[in-house]
Amino acid sequence: MPHRMLRARRLTLVSAGAMSMALLATACGGGGGGTSAAPKDFTYLGVTENTTTRTALATLSEGSCKAENDALPLKTETVPQAQLDQKLQLLAGQDALPAQFAAGNAPALTKQLAKSGKVADIELELKRYGALDQLEPAAVSTIKALYGGKLMALPYEYNIEGFFYNKKLFEENGIAVPGTWDELLAAADELDAKGVQPFSASGAQGWPLTRLISGYLYRSLGPDALEKVADGSAELTDPEYVKAAEEVAALGKKGYFGKGVGSIDYDTAMNQFLTGRSGMFYMGSWALANIADPEQNKVGAENVGFMPFPAVKGGAGSIDQYPSNIGLAVTFGSKTFNDKTGDWLGCISKNYGSTALKDHGAISGFKVNTPVEDANEVTTTVRKTISSSQQNVLWFEALFSTKATTVSNTTAAGLVNGSVSPQQFMETVQAALGGR
Amino acid sequence: MHRVLGDRRAITILLGPALLVYSLIMLVPMVWSLGYSFTEGNSIEGFTGNGLDNFSRLLDDPAVHDALWFTLKYAVVVTAGQVVAGYLLALLYVFFLKKASAPVRTLAFFPVVLPTVAVGLLFQKLFQVAPQPGPVNSLLNAFGFESVDFFGSAGSAFWVLIIMDIWRSMGFYAVLLFAGLVDIPDEVLESARLDGASGPRLIRHIVLPLSMPVLMSSLIFSINGTLKVFDSVVALTNGGPGNGTTPLTLYMFQSSFTYSEYGYGSTIALLLTVVCLLVSLAVYRVSRRDNTES
Repeated sequence: MPHRMLRARRLTLVSAGAMSMALLATACGGGGGGTSAAPKDFTYLGVTENTTTRTALATLSEGSCKAENDALPLKTETVPQAQLDQKLQLLAGQDALPAQFAAGNAPALTKQLAKSGKVADIELELKRYGALDQLEPAAVSTIKALYGGKLMALPYEYNIEGFFYNKKLFEENGIAVPGTWDELLAAADELDAKGVQPFSASGAQGWPLTRLISGYLYRSLGPDALEKVADGSAELTDPEYVKAAEEVAALGKKGYFGKGVGSIDYDTAMNQFLTGRSGMFYMGSWALANIADPEQNKVGAENVGFMPFPAVKGGAGSIDQYPSNIGLAVTFGSKTFNDKTGDWLGCISKNYGSTALKDHGAISGFKVNTPVEDANEVTTTVRKTISSSQQNVLWFEALFSTKATTVSNTTAAGLVNGSVSPQQFMETVQAALGGR
Repeated sequence: MHRVLGDRRAITILLGPALLVYSLIMLVPMVWSLGYSFTEGNSIEGFTGNGLDNFSRLLDDPAVHDALWFTLKYAVVVTAGQVVAGYLLALLYVFFLKKASAPVRTLAFFPVVLPTVAVGLLFQKLFQVAPQPGPVNSLLNAFGFESVDFFGSAGSAFWVLIIMDIWRSMGFYAVLLFAGLVDIPDEVLESARLDGASGPRLIRHIVLPLSMPVLMSSLIFSINGTLKVFDSVVALTNGGPGNGTTPLTLYMFQSSFTYSEYGYGSTIALLLTVVCLLVSLAVYRVSRRDNTES
């Protein structure tokens, strides 16, 4: 082969190689930018399951916050809740967190984001935009209890938890609203004897069951029961902690949650209660939206009552300490925070409370500045309870790591169906806590 | 042609791009992941080296022991089930149904085509106990037995998973083994019959040895696939109850992406790679020996 031809061919090959490399590089590069300064829109990344927050924000963007929306248009993105943590980690790793986002399934992730400077200092910004007083004090104290004393999230939801009960079934069977754990057991016995399933709970979710353990712990050991576990001064395997798991396991052993509680999902548990097939349902006040919906609620909103988690005889806790939470926390990114997002923050704080309550029957931790009539009696009861509650407590997994939260939720069904003993349950969760 | 393939530069040019792509998307991430095994942290906090901590944790972690045991148990049972059921189906096609086997083959292959999530949901409903008892429990009730909460304990959930996965994949192995069986020359079978071999003896002494290579390929296929099981577990039980049906793959996924412990997740991935490698080597050795013998 002549020398020149060979050189020419080599040149062609080299340039072809270089071109294919360049093509590969551009293909790998993708379109996603890493920087996020000066956002073009007010992006809200929420979870698919929660429709309230995004529709209420959309309502605001067309009404009270129209000016803010014109300056920085609202854009909504959603991701299934189970994939939220992964998405946030990915975005945080690329420094591409949106202006506003649902902040992870466990407070631990939000704290991690805040530690690496990815979350805006919401308290400071609220002060700057004159809106700090728009948050209900109870909601602020709940957020601070969750996030190590810092206001890291906005209370788009504010829930208290307790037992919803079927008034009609209670009256028919001559059962008084139980004030103590023993009375609760007696009420459950009575319902069970009449062929009514005493409790409905989702074992597939797990947390509706572990909430009963924490409820018992707060009543028996006092409001700091789980803080002590978090700071290491107590362990879940201590006998007084195992006792709570034993009490809940005993309910399961008697069959009070019905058959196959591990396969009951959230909607089925809700449906069992709202169709009168169970007498009591431990749930957060977010269930008011379902209770108010006649399509779902076949027993009628007027037949649903709300009672706090009962007292434990000789316990250090009190019945008026309600477990509370802010639902799935929503927070603001620090990199995208500027005057326009600040204006949005101010406007949301002033108007979200009324919009959410009026349009969605959802109780938030913002003040309701326009009077709204309650949908039903039980909503009034819950709202009164929230505004009068003096001290709130958290839930079982609130101060746990993501791992311990998952382990606790996935093992809970075993506790009530007897495949895991109370001691084993507490050991498993404690081990996951000790891990990290 | 020989001149082109004998030229080292030509080989480089022909293989280079493919090797480059393969390296970029397979080898680099593998080495990268190996590197992560010596770190802790995540994409939010950044990564810091922690020496061999992940490996010592791996040795002590009861969840890893459970997951490894589950993975091996699952792989052995499902592989045996898949290949045996597939082989029996293939024998049925070749020796019993003969020319009429096409519709049955299609039916048995049908579950292979179904998405895993759909099959998972189907089996959840089949074996469910609440809110309404599923067909299996209804059948039990009809015969006067109590309902069983199949997903309530790790033992029964394991067997539902096994049944589901064998049902799902036996059609595939049946087709694979069928291809091997039709390759057996008719003359051989004919002469064996003339010599008086029939039924089980024909299968034991003629069909089985002659289909050994394809049977071995199926075994290797199956064991490697089942060691890496992920989707069917997620779809049916999501590893529950507790971690009762959690294989290594799911635990690796949870560690990395749910608990954001990327380093530890990578260490579990390494363990899984080593297990797969060892099992493949073992099966290869056994199959080589068998081939030389026959």
